[in-house]
Amino acid sequence: MKQFRNMTYPYILWMTIMIIMPMLLILMYAFTSKGNDVATIQFSLQNFSRFFSDAIFVDVLKRSFYIAVITTLLCILFGYPAAYIIANSQEKNKVFLLLLITLPTWINMLVRTYAWMGILQDDGIINSIITLLGMKPIKLLHTNFAVILGMVYNFIPFMILQIYTSLTKMDKSYLEAASDLGANKLQSFLKITLPLSLPGVISGITLVFLPAVSSFFIPKLLGGGQFVLIGNVIESQFLTSGNWNFGSAISFIMAVIIMISMYITKKVEANLNTMEKEKTE
Amino acid sequence: MKPSKKITSKLYMTVLMVFFYLPILYTVVFSFNTTRSLTHFGGFSLRWYEKMFHDSSMMQSIFYTVIIAVLATIISTIVGTITAIGLSKSKPIIKNVVNQVNDLPIMNPEIVTAIGLLMFFSALGIKKGFGTLLLAHIMFCIPYVILSVSPKLRSLDPNLADAALDLGATPWQALIKVIVPQIMPGIVSGALIAFTMSFDDFIISYFVTGNGVNNISIMVYTMSKRVNPSINALSTIIIVIITAVLVIVNIAPIIKEKREEKERKLT
Repeated sequence: MKQFRNMTYPYILWMTIMIIMPMLLILMYAFTSKGNDVATIQFSLQNFSRFFSDAIFVDVLKRSFYIAVITTLLCILFGYPAAYIIANSQEKNKVFLLLLITLPTWINMLVRTYAWMGILQDDGIINSIITLLGMKPIKLLHTNFAVILGMVYNFIPFMILQIYTSLTKMDKSYLEAASDLGANKLQSFLKITLPLSLPGVISGITLVFLPAVSSFFIPKLLGGGQFVLIGNVIESQFLTSGNWNFGSAISFIMAVIIMISMYITKKVEANLNTMEKEKTE
Repeated sequence: MKPSKKITSKLYMTVLMVFFYLPILYTVVFSFNTTRSLTHFGGFSLRWYEKMFHDSSMMQSIFYTVIIAVLATIISTIVGTITAIGLSKSKPIIKNVVNQVNDLPIMNPEIVTAIGLLMFFSALGIKKGFGTLLLAHIMFCIPYVILSVSPKLRSLDPNLADAALDLGATPWQALIKVIVPQIMPGIVSGALIAFTMSFDDFIISYFVTGNGVNNISIMVYTMSKRVNPSINALSTIIIVIITAVLVIVNIAPIIKEKREEKERKLT
């Protein structure tokens, strides 16, 4: 069936032009300074030194990662019980619950984020309930809380689905063996269910952390103009100030840090697994 | 489970569902509001729907979203399927390289792909607009199609196509009559993923479009700066369509099963 091989070639050409070339352009722009002609490329680290010497940019980077880490942790904290409950519910309820979890993800993210703008407003539903209860209304929109809420809302379904998948793949006979050997519910959860569901948690982290760290419309809509994350800085470099070199450098820094964090997460997972194995041996 | 535990988990899921559906319910309710307010419901009216249908920029963005999604889905499904079939017969090195490169747009933050494409189009001197938007959408859809078709090809019996060739089929016939029907589920799910990715995309579209060509996401983003309940009307229509499709897709197999059961009982 070798004659089918050449069916790959058109895509290899397309891929080189449409995927690899743009990535190379980012690198090229990141390591050259502004106003450089393509013909006279001169290597420069000017963009990187500008980024790291300016406290404002470093703060934005720190804040972006801080918000993304909090979002990811909250997604695990609230998503895990949900995945666990679904995985342990009856077959017919399972289909229904999964449909309920996935349905919102099919609706445009911007549309759903826009709805939160109304809910969180100073005279929105939440504050109306608070005033009905006789308390003072609180400022919700344009705060850290609103941004994190918007991110958790948009990304938690991915976490739940990943953990759910790893929980259903688990061999239930391990749990029976554990209870036969005298383990209680909590012990068998901590020693069997939790470690076996870790791969799901890890892939969930990838699906939540990545969009959270680079998101720019959630901070813009829910955080207001003054709430800037790294995604907003990249956006403004490209679409308002037109400094593509600096914008490319920031994207490059972000991508590298993301890759390192992903690598560490994978390493931690691998270490946990070998530790478990050593313990059982 | 113990009854007390059951109640706790039911309560937990209920609270979670309130969180999930509050914004959706909110959108639907306020799309029928008589006033411009997004916080106080003044009474029932269809004025925002009427306004939406008369707003040419809104209608245009709906048109562009649908046409781009349809074209990107068709093209990326065909190209992705052909590539996946070719890859399944390719040398491991080529397979590996293609898969690694395909992972780039999936694993990279969307904004990185977006600025790469933006600079690429301008380096080539291509004017931003419908063409760049379509090219970008095809670019990020194909990897998902390949990802969903490839597993089906791996579980395919390689002897089947060979047998077809031995029996006198041309390679084209073997492809269309033997391979494609067997990997159809993978192709369909790939096409579905491609359609929703394209339909919902904001970040990449926002960077590569221009010349007044907007999709729904970009329109919501630019309109959200001032209060515009027509967005709620449009959102409600999208919500209703998607809910209906998902419910039908999920319930149809159950109904079919019941009918078959009935028929079995009758015979």
